[in-house]
Amino acid sequence: MSSSTVRVVLPAHLKTVAGVAGEVVVHLEVPVTAATVLDVLEATYPALRGTIRDPATQRRRPFVRFFALSEDVSHQPLDEPLPADIALGTQPFYIVGAMAGG
Amino acid sequence: MSSVRVLVGTRKGAFILRSDGTRKSWDVEGPLFGGWEIYHLKGSPADPQRLYASQSTSWFGQLIQRSDDGGATWNPVGNDFAYDGVPGTHQWYDGTPHPWEFARVWHLEPSLDDPDTVYAGVEDAALFRSSDAGQSWCEVSGLRRHTTGPNWQPGAGGMCLHAIMLSRAHPQRMVVAISAAGAFRTDDAGVTWRPINRGLRSEGLPDVDAEVGHCVHKIAAHPSAPDVLFMQKHWDVMRSDNAGDSWREVSGNLPSDFGFVIDVHAHEPDTVYVLPITSDSQHFPPEGKLRVYRSRTGGDEWEPLTRGLPQSNCYVDVLRDAMAVDSLDACGVYFGTTGGQVYVSADEGESWDAIVRDLPAVMSVEVQTLA
Repeated sequence: MSSSTVRVVLPAHLKTVAGVAGEVVVHLEVPVTAATVLDVLEATYPALRGTIRDPATQRRRPFVRFFALSEDVSHQPLDEPLPADIALGTQPFYIVGAMAGG
Repeated sequence: MSSVRVLVGTRKGAFILRSDGTRKSWDVEGPLFGGWEIYHLKGSPADPQRLYASQSTSWFGQLIQRSDDGGATWNPVGNDFAYDGVPGTHQWYDGTPHPWEFARVWHLEPSLDDPDTVYAGVEDAALFRSSDAGQSWCEVSGLRRHTTGPNWQPGAGGMCLHAIMLSRAHPQRMVVAISAAGAFRTDDAGVTWRPINRGLRSEGLPDVDAEVGHCVHKIAAHPSAPDVLFMQKHWDVMRSDNAGDSWREVSGNLPSDFGFVIDVHAHEPDTVYVLPITSDSQHFPPEGKLRVYRSRTGGDEWEPLTRGLPQSNCYVDVLRDAMAVDSLDACGVYFGTTGGQVYVSADEGESWDAIVRDLPAVMSVEVQTLA
């Protein structure tokens, strides 16, 4: 089984929670899906558990969205493979807080 | 010399205010966790350096932060608040069944004698306990499994368990309050619970004397008189002399008996403080005058305390967890407003000064008296 290096861009508040600046990089097995990215991300940065997915349902939080190659992939199944450019690390996977003010 | 540390939770972060025992000059630190709602933070009575904070947003959910050095550094700990078993339903605003869903932690109550044990009151209403300094949480599920649970309903702010009272005199006893279910007590360390709402009357209920359904805003007691409870209900200030078995109204001459906060003087068990608010829809002080009211008789007779507080054009609110007292010789009284002011009285309420005036809306105020 081959592995992949995925770049992830976190929203500012979650960078603070994770204690990181800029992009983070996660290493995981292919196929690369939003679920596997989040699994490795949460294992690497345990403070992020529960902040992107509801801990009880594992569903994406309502005010969080996922973007890949400028496309909103928030509503595709979490176990659907992400585009090759994400899996190859040539483009980052964006985790975004909804534009809701407050 | 003694000092005080005031822990302030706001809509956009936490602040720590420090002073020596004179309470005249203050250092202000913050915002901590800027941009996040800090519903509550509180220090352990057993180890004042141990602090817990509830940090949340609608975007990213709930975090619990812990400090082991008096707030100098913080680290996120456990945030998995899973209801015990199948959660079931409670009543929604319109009376229909609604699934129990975790939203946030409203209140953190550290154990009186173990800094690693802390209770969390959450929305939708439940009580959780951690015995490993916040790393993991287990529901004290006997409360939510009470036979009345399916009939509990939310108050305007959600169905929150917002008050947790521990008793050094009765280690197996806890009293909690839920909006809008009422007050509940356990005498066996949380295994079984019973409603303690006899004597409460709420006009918004089909049965004004119902066993549950009352919107209790806050309960306070003096440690030396654990059976004497004071309650600020949605409307009405109430008193119980038997640990909640029955209540009587002590609103007396207050200009409004609606309000959120209530607290008891650190050294005088019959001296009680409230802050009247106009009504359930007009969440500001009557006549635009910010007045703390003090009773030295355990209720019924109240005197306004106004020196240093705005007495015209003041339309802020003071939320349920936003009043506290210190235990210095001249008891200090503190409260924070939705306008961002935190006021202190270093003379039992006779006079007031603003420590800060322009914080985000204040949600909670706690004070630690340090040796």
